[in-house]
Amino acid sequence: MDKMGSGEGPDNLQYRWCHLRKVLERTGPFCHPDFEPSPDNLNFLMESCKLLVIGAGGLGCELMKDLALMGFKDIHVIDMDTIELSNLNRQFLFRRRDIGQSKAEVAAKFISTRIPGCHVTPHFSKIQDFDETFYRSFHIVISGLDSIVARRWINGMLISLLSYKDGVLDQSSLIPLIDGGTEGFKGNARVILPGITACIECTLDLFPPQVTYPLCTIANTPRLPEHCIEYVKVIQWSKENPWDVPIDGDDPQHINWIYEKAMERAVQFGIQGITYRLVQGVVKNIIPAVASTNAVVAAACATEVFKLATSCCVPLDNYMVFNDVDGIYTYTYQAERKEDCLACSQVPTTVDIPGPEAKLEDLITVLCESPKFLMKSPGLTATIDGKNRTLYMPTVASIEEKTRVNLKKSLNELGLEDGSQLMVADSTSPNTLIIILKFASPPDFEME
Amino acid sequence: MIKLFSLKQQKKDGETAPKTGNQKKPSAAQLRITKDINELNLPKTCNTEFPDPDDLLTFKLIICPDEGFYRGGRFSFSFKVGPNYPHEPPKVKCETPVYHPNIDLEGNVCLNILREDWKPVLTINSIVYGLQYLFLEPNPEDPLNKEAAEVLQNNRRLFEQNVQKAMRGGYVGSVYFERCLK
Repeated sequence: MDKMGSGEGPDNLQYRWCHLRKVLERTGPFCHPDFEPSPDNLNFLMESCKLLVIGAGGLGCELMKDLALMGFKDIHVIDMDTIELSNLNRQFLFRRRDIGQSKAEVAAKFISTRIPGCHVTPHFSKIQDFDETFYRSFHIVISGLDSIVARRWINGMLISLLSYKDGVLDQSSLIPLIDGGTEGFKGNARVILPGITACIECTLDLFPPQVTYPLCTIANTPRLPEHCIEYVKVIQWSKENPWDVPIDGDDPQHINWIYEKAMERAVQFGIQGITYRLVQGVVKNIIPAVASTNAVVAAACATEVFKLATSCCVPLDNYMVFNDVDGIYTYTYQAERKEDCLACSQVPTTVDIPGPEAKLEDLITVLCESPKFLMKSPGLTATIDGKNRTLYMPTVASIEEKTRVNLKKSLNELGLEDGSQLMVADSTSPNTLIIILKFASPPDFEME
Repeated sequence: MIKLFSLKQQKKDGETAPKTGNQKKPSAAQLRITKDINELNLPKTCNTEFPDPDDLLTFKLIICPDEGFYRGGRFSFSFKVGPNYPHEPPKVKCETPVYHPNIDLEGNVCLNILREDWKPVLTINSIVYGLQYLFLEPNPEDPLNKEAAEVLQNNRRLFEQNVQKAMRGGYVGSVYFERCLK
């Protein structure tokens, strides 16, 4: 059997990509109005376009395979997890011998070997380990995550890369985020243009809340096997603390202990249905993954990447839901931006300050008196040297007392400089604002 | 819908950053808690303590009820706000041993908005009012401390005496409570 486009000869190349050429070098009725058919499109896709796939799990494996076969040659992948036995039924880039190894590394090696010309760079780490410079180097970010925290983090990161000139978004700073998600037979794919379309934070309430049971039910009137397991997890574990550590859902000893204790409780209340798997499910919040759902959602995401990278077609606008519990159902709608979104409505405003020798109280006076702000009693915090600092907060007595000394300090002394960002909370605005200090006349020696 | 012409540029590793420099953008949780804390509107019976004013995610709330069963007592609650706030509620524990139908001896608190009824629109202030309400109207219907709940339901006088005994420091049944009067 011939490997997919294994040869490097021109004929083979011609053949391998001829279907893409038909789409990218000719115009058609469904094209984006601004689409310019040209060999440059394929050229960009193959030679310049740099993608980041976050997550090398169920969706990630599908995504990398799809994108690599589509012609993208420079793909990075981040995943902090290692391969487990239970992954192998659907995460098809992994084999039994890979158990215990980094998902990102094994997946990258598999794709780079199997698909000639494609190079996947693995990162066996957390997304939080990288900074702006890393993320800024990509054209498009695609996420196949199982965590809301991680989604919010990458969303916040891409939004923080946006730059504004006089309040207008500089489109060259925009990095689209294609987000896929699945839960059993249900899934969704969405296109996020940070600063332009609804972001993760805008639609946060779409995520189903975690199943929680009232504490008193768990404690006194359990009716379900889940209540007994939750009881052991929430109350009994911290009381008896068998290993003096927090619960580790991947430690079979822990699961076993919880299983036994939950069993005892279930017997006491005449409840049936506790199994080892249910305990695992409740403790780790496991939702069974379905390979076909992952395949559909990943394919939808990969198609969007292709559309954005080549501009050949109007991208998804902007949220597709998929459900194949009974037959197949999909629906696409335009998720709306939230006007007061904590993440993407934040257009940093600059505040003019004479210079680094100005005191914090001078800055507060400007915020209260300048017609641009007219604040009442602003609370100010900042991130200085990677650490959160509360500069002044007038409304909370205990904080006010401890931060009062800062009022008389100069901005320079506080570690703030020209271009520093501050968070300002005030009763005059529904959100915390981000302001950027702008010094009127930076001293010569600070010029670069 | 825009066409992302800008995408068609070669991106380079280590491209020099624009002037925002090496600053990390505050997380949504951080932005939200800053707002929550700055807008704390505490009833006169409540007070907060921030051991480290730079860390707005960890603090204590002190409640000194001025009416009801618990009048004259002083109760401390620890708040831990996680990175997923406000999608998830803060973790709140009662640090003062208290004889109360909705607070157990480990400090777990049964307040609906701390678990099943939490919504991101709620704030730290909502929790403060919820906790204060627990002291004004202990609820024997949803007990966490079953014995206390039964006493409250069957014999309010005895319940009141038990609360007093516990707050002055002493045994209620076989459980010892430390003194927590102001």
